[in-house]
Amino acid sequence: MSEALLRADKASIVFGGLKAVSDFNLYINRGELVGLIGPNGAGKTTAFNLITGVYQPTSGDIMFDGRSIAGKKPYEITQAGIARTFQNIRLFSELSVLDNVKIAYHSHVKYGLMETFARVGRYFKEEKEIEDEAMRLLKIFKLEDKADEQAKNLPYGAQRRLEIARALAAKPKLLLLDEPAAGMNPQETKELMEMISWIRKEFGLTVLLIEHDMSLVMGICERIYVLEYGIIIAKGTPAEIQQDPEVIRAYLGGEA
Amino acid sequence: MNLLRKNDLIMLAFGIVLFAVLQGLISTKIIGSFWELNLIIIGINVIMSVSLNLINGYTGQFSLGHAGFMAVGAYVGVVLTTFFKLPFIVALAAGALAAGFLGFLIGLPTLRLRGDYLAIATLGLGEIIRIVIMNIDYVGGAAGFQGITHYTNFAWVFIIMLITLFVIKNFINSSHGRACIAIRENEIAAEAMGINTTKYKVMAFTMGAAFAGIAGGLFAHNFYIISPSSFTFLSSFNYLIMVVMGGMGSITGSIAGAFVVTFISAALANWPEFRMIIYALVLILLMFYRPQGLFGYMEITNMGIFRRILKRGRE
Ligand SMILES: Nc1ncnc2c1ncn2[C@@H]1O[C@H](COP(=O)(O)OP(=O)(O)O)[C@@H](O)[C@H]1O
Ligand SMILES: [Mg+2]
Repeated sequence: MSEALLRADKASIVFGGLKAVSDFNLYINRGELVGLIGPNGAGKTTAFNLITGVYQPTSGDIMFDGRSIAGKKPYEITQAGIARTFQNIRLFSELSVLDNVKIAYHSHVKYGLMETFARVGRYFKEEKEIEDEAMRLLKIFKLEDKADEQAKNLPYGAQRRLEIARALAAKPKLLLLDEPAAGMNPQETKELMEMISWIRKEFGLTVLLIEHDMSLVMGICERIYVLEYGIIIAKGTPAEIQQDPEVIRAYLGGEA
Repeated sequence: MNLLRKNDLIMLAFGIVLFAVLQGLISTKIIGSFWELNLIIIGINVIMSVSLNLINGYTGQFSLGHAGFMAVGAYVGVVLTTFFKLPFIVALAAGALAAGFLGFLIGLPTLRLRGDYLAIATLGLGEIIRIVIMNIDYVGGAAGFQGITHYTNFAWVFIIMLITLFVIKNFINSSHGRACIAIRENEIAAEAMGINTTKYKVMAFTMGAAFAGIAGGLFAHNFYIISPSSFTFLSSFNYLIMVVMGGMGSITGSIAGAFVVTFISAALANWPEFRMIIYALVLILLMFYRPQGLFGYMEITNMGIFRRILKRGRE
């Protein structure tokens, strides 16, 4: 029961009068790939923002790796082991592709300021490790040829891949992906979903994936939560979700 | 990584050669006292613009009170050398510490502000520092501090400038510096990558202030008298012009900016009213044709020729 890596317990947030997310209950076991789906405006991104500390829950609690992370700052939550991507891409757009990834190693760097100023001690060794690891990630995401290019000049699909590579550089236990396939063509989407399955195994990750297009996540997620108007209306395996009358109603509108 | 060390050694060698040549020309009086003074001013301005660039250009925080920190370094320095007869180097270090500490204290609350608000707050704080000094009789008040020993010379300025450049360059090219740059690029993403954005904003501000303090110490000990009027909002603005002209986020640019601005003001020393007009014109032209500044985000060490010399490139 308490072995879940992430557990949201009745987490709620109110904006003005609007309950954007209410009584959000969710758990993710170590190693799982879980989907969070729902129509646009359902509160999926808001749920991510609650988990990652961008917003503080108005009530309820969020536990990660056995400790409460509610009320912690985003950087503290990342350091605790949760990394994310953004629905509306947020790269360091003027910087090189390589620097985008290198930045994310930040919380694993051990050399201090004095070693930085004088370039002694661990500085060169760790910088080399960071560069090598960053290049390895870029290779996995087929971005190694673009390492020196400015991030803003990448095609859209490549920018989305770079965001995932950057999140992985933070060495998370839990990876949160917010509509990673948004704006991609069907071929890119298919490749991306395969890649997500693959990196999960390769990096021993736990993944929570937001998607509004239900069909995309059916193939790769073990379990799915469905959100509508800030409330979880269904949860279960993809097969269960596909047959759930509430979900069919939410997605097809007004039937059932 | 060998490349990094090679880069450093080349820059260091270049710095030493440049120093030897200029010092030689000064010692043999080929460079007279007017141009020696200008070289000293350029060196001090390089320290000021590079340290301001750390805050404004690299970390993306808009500070307009840099002259205030320079004033703190200057006054702490002259008090220590004149009243307490402490060695120059101790006075410089104490000035840096005092300015850095003040930067830290001021940075904590103000760096929560964004953009325009931060600019106005730092501008106000710079003025407050100056007005406070103006009202302390112990340091001469508005009339200025007199009887300063002339410790500053070209060698002091050049060596400290070189150290400043290396320290800031090394900082920028580290995980700590990348954290600052990430804040400039996208604060939300930076935070999501595990960067304590408040800590790094305050760190950049503190470091910038400390180097401005050293520059202040060097500046003060180049004259017999200093007064608060040397550290007005207009001088803060002057340093900002160097940074913007040279290029935000470029050390090469800050050096170039310090050069150009110092030369313009030296050349127009007898027509101060033209100075502002020329600045304005240069800035307008720059905004039209090169809004990123002369070297926006670029370093001379990353440019074509240099790269080819070093055979840069990943295997
Ligand atoms: N910062 C905010 N202030 C006010 N309302 C917000 C804020 N963020 C999200 N919302 C509202 O919360 C609801 C859920 O939004 P969101 O989480 O982005 O949906 P989804 O990601 O499922 O499309 C929407 O009605 C949205 O307008
Ligand atoms: Mg969303």
